[in-house]
Amino acid sequence: MSANTVGSDTGRKPYLTTTDLTKNFGSFTALSDITLEIYEGEFVCFLGPSGCGKTTLLRAIAGLDIQTFGKVTQAGKDVSNLPPSERDFGIVFQSYALFPNLTIRRNIAYGLENRGHSKAEINKRVDELLALVGLASQADKYPAQLSGGQQQRIALARAIATNPGLLLLDEPLSALDAKVRAHLRHEIKELQRTLGVTTVMVTHDQEEALTMADRIVVMNNGVIEQVGTPIEIYRDPATAFVADFIGTMNFIPGEFNGGTKLKMGEVELQCEVQGTGPKGNILVAFRPENMLVQEDATELPNSFEAEIKYMEFMGSFFRVDLMSKSASADAHIKGDFSINMVRRTGVKEGDTIRVSIPKDRLTIYPGASNNG
Amino acid sequence: MANVTLPNTRREVKAKASRDDWTMRAFMLMIGTYLVVALAFPLYAMLSKSFEDKDGAFIGLDNYINYFSTPALFNSIENSVFISIVTMVITVTLAFFYAYALTRSCMRFKGFFKIMAMVPILVPSLLPGIGLIYMFGKQGYLKWMLFGHEIYGPLGIIIAEVFFTFPHALLIIMTALAISDGRLYEAATVLRASKWKIFWTVTLPGARYGLISAAFVVFTLVITDFGVPKVIGGQYNVLAVDIYKQVIGQQNFSMGAVVSVVLLIPAIFAFYVDRQVQKKQVAQLSARAVPYEPKPDIRFDALMMSYSSIIVLIIVTILATCQFAALVKFWPYNLDIGLQHYNFDLMDGGGWDAYYNSIKMALWTAAVGTIVVFTGAYMVEKGRGVEKGRTLFQFLAMMPMAVPGMVLGLSYIFFFNNPDNPFNFIYGTMAILVVSTVTHFYTVAHLTAMTALKQMDKEFESVSQSLQQPFYKMFLRVTVPVCTPAVLEIAIYLFVNAMTTVSAVVFIYSTHTQLASVAVLNMDDAGDIAPAAAMGMMIFYTNAIARVLHMFVAKALEKRTQAWRQR
Ligand SMILES: Nc1ncnc2c1ncn2[C@@H]1O[C@H](COP(=O)(O)OP(=O)(O)OP(=O)(O)O)[C@@H](O)[C@H]1O
Ligand SMILES: [Mg+2]
Repeated sequence: MSANTVGSDTGRKPYLTTTDLTKNFGSFTALSDITLEIYEGEFVCFLGPSGCGKTTLLRAIAGLDIQTFGKVTQAGKDVSNLPPSERDFGIVFQSYALFPNLTIRRNIAYGLENRGHSKAEINKRVDELLALVGLASQADKYPAQLSGGQQQRIALARAIATNPGLLLLDEPLSALDAKVRAHLRHEIKELQRTLGVTTVMVTHDQEEALTMADRIVVMNNGVIEQVGTPIEIYRDPATAFVADFIGTMNFIPGEFNGGTKLKMGEVELQCEVQGTGPKGNILVAFRPENMLVQEDATELPNSFEAEIKYMEFMGSFFRVDLMSKSASADAHIKGDFSINMVRRTGVKEGDTIRVSIPKDRLTIYPGASNNG
Repeated sequence: MANVTLPNTRREVKAKASRDDWTMRAFMLMIGTYLVVALAFPLYAMLSKSFEDKDGAFIGLDNYINYFSTPALFNSIENSVFISIVTMVITVTLAFFYAYALTRSCMRFKGFFKIMAMVPILVPSLLPGIGLIYMFGKQGYLKWMLFGHEIYGPLGIIIAEVFFTFPHALLIIMTALAISDGRLYEAATVLRASKWKIFWTVTLPGARYGLISAAFVVFTLVITDFGVPKVIGGQYNVLAVDIYKQVIGQQNFSMGAVVSVVLLIPAIFAFYVDRQVQKKQVAQLSARAVPYEPKPDIRFDALMMSYSSIIVLIIVTILATCQFAALVKFWPYNLDIGLQHYNFDLMDGGGWDAYYNSIKMALWTAAVGTIVVFTGAYMVEKGRGVEKGRTLFQFLAMMPMAVPGMVLGLSYIFFFNNPDNPFNFIYGTMAILVVSTVTHFYTVAHLTAMTALKQMDKEFESVSQSLQQPFYKMFLRVTVPVCTPAVLEIAIYLFVNAMTTVSAVVFIYSTHTQLASVAVLNMDDAGDIAPAAAMGMMIFYTNAIARVLHMFVAKALEKRTQAWRQR
């Protein structure tokens, strides 16, 4: 198995690693052979559908639920079997787990006590942290008297109070409404950059992962599907699962036998596929936003005919539902048409148009009858 | 991902335990050991005693053979089961309609009716027996109502047991009715189902687990109760009293042990069924259920109120009779009021010292028991690792509920009165009474603590560990303050039960540690019924005051902490 390292990072020493990490709950395998390297100061997101093992992986890294097999190292030290209290991390849970009977000040101060700091020092640090998360005026309130977003920031302040080497966040934003979430996304990212603390965040929200992470670890069914920067993940999904999970993707059955051409139904398309890819029955994949529409008589390369079945207005663009007899008898094809283009050409439901997929925007995955 | 690793070549990671983990395990082990010493060992001692003769020689099943060939003894099984089942049917029916009135009608003074229904919990079970004697006994003022029947015997036992078990059944059924889903009623009403049809198709099925659970709790309470049949049973023998007679009357300890084993069987069976049913009821509770809001209905509300008033009237009458009898010079010939029956020091039973001992014992039980139970529950619920140990602890904590007080008390004689036992020194002291009482009432207290602890965020401990703070800081600064209502609830529960219990202590009190509840028994035994009633009422007033104090403390606390308590 290859370590999930990205080219640009070779040479840097990883801060946190997991090696062949496996977690079993009885006979159920929640994680299998997770090997991962995370670099100092990085913001990494674990992204995947519900139940794929994100939380389990995070808890193994924290030592809260120790893995069945495998190794975890942090800052060059093997911490595989250590209890949480002997590791170095701060953590924020989805529920925030703020102590309800302690004021905000005492919540944040909780981890600073019993470490040989004077009261004044602790108070100073708490003030600093409160200012950092912008809640200086709330120090003497109780958690229940704050809004969800404010509670979230207090939990964050408590987690970073002791300057841990690693910050772990388990779906920290999922209990909030959309607007607050978008705002806090930005704030957490900003804070992480200022502090430079290595951060791992679990989320099942792809938008969150794409906007916040330096690198994303896409997980499914207890294994890593792909590790990469948001752009890499979006541009070059390594597997059909990733392609489908992140953004929107069309999958049309086709055939590919090497070379620079593939067949999608009766349509022949130019493609740029590396030699190692699948052969025979394949799935042709492309994103709706990469679809071009032929606006005049000059034929676009890689184009085919399609009928507009339905146009859905999405605000800044139209999501169009297309059927193409030549490409596929029964597959619906999604395309995103800009408002300008639609106004310019006047296309409407029922029209038959020519659409094209640039060859560098085509990806292929193993087809249904092809075990890759 | 086609990496093939043979599982047997990999070493499983063994979590290293932190210092906190070890400390928490040590606490769990300590409290677990307490339960083993205070419960499992004594029960074992009793079990082996049932296979021995008077001199301690092993004689196999001889005692059992002897038991089952003596009709005077084994007839008690039928008697016990009979009164338990009849009481069960009556109590559950009465409590169901009372609970129905409290949850499904808009009658007024619900708070008053709720409190009054709980009154029987505050008195020893001997007291309703005494009350019935004054009402229906040879000189009873309501004797004519019996049309020549005897109150001494099954009739009296059943009436007194219904009084005694009513609040227990009511609490369970009320919970079951309170959690049933209001949306079902709305749906049924929209479908124009009649009130009766709704009752049969929605209410009863919804409360079925509560009803079954209440039935088994009542059954267990009655079959293990000693106070009622002792006072009003006459010649009608039941198992719990047989143990007492064998041990105190005939000094036949082996036969006492045999009867105890016989009594354990139905108690354990009922306990087991109840636990299964409770689990189902929890599963039935859906998170999105909407509580039912009754609508006013003048005729129905009036009917429910009349019914509830009759029940309250009966409860009050029984207690008022006791109080009145305790105050009059010589029932029924001289009804002048006086305090001469309160000269307890002139009677058998320990006098006023017994009363003060009881309070001391109840305070110790509440203090020690609350700390032990809550700490134990915390360690078992929030500790990490040692799953098997925790399962065992849970089992030990549930066991006391299945063990009748008489059986526990008798076991203590066998175990602690043995000179070879290193714990022999607590025999005859206040300590053994506290140990016995804490153990006897351990399960309900433990369940209360567990419920409260389960409502705390599971991640508090995780956060505390990540901040490298010791667990006891978390426990003392967050867990205990947040759980204070439950802690107080446990304390008052233990106090009230320590004041009223007879069965768990009747075999192990000494001349220096006489108790009020036992004094009621002994004075009644000696024919001093009026002083017995007086002492019983003293227990009632003490418990009532304790309850009121508890209420004030709980209210004050709620006010002080409402800034952070979410509602
Ligand atoms: N204590 C446990 N015992 C048994 N199975 C568990 C336990 N904890 C988790 N699992 C299982 O392991 C799998 C992964 O769980 P995990 O909580 O890591 O998922 P997740 O990716 O965090 O999902 P979500 O987005 O829903 O939080 C799930 O199938 C879950 O049912
Ligand atoms: Mg999760």
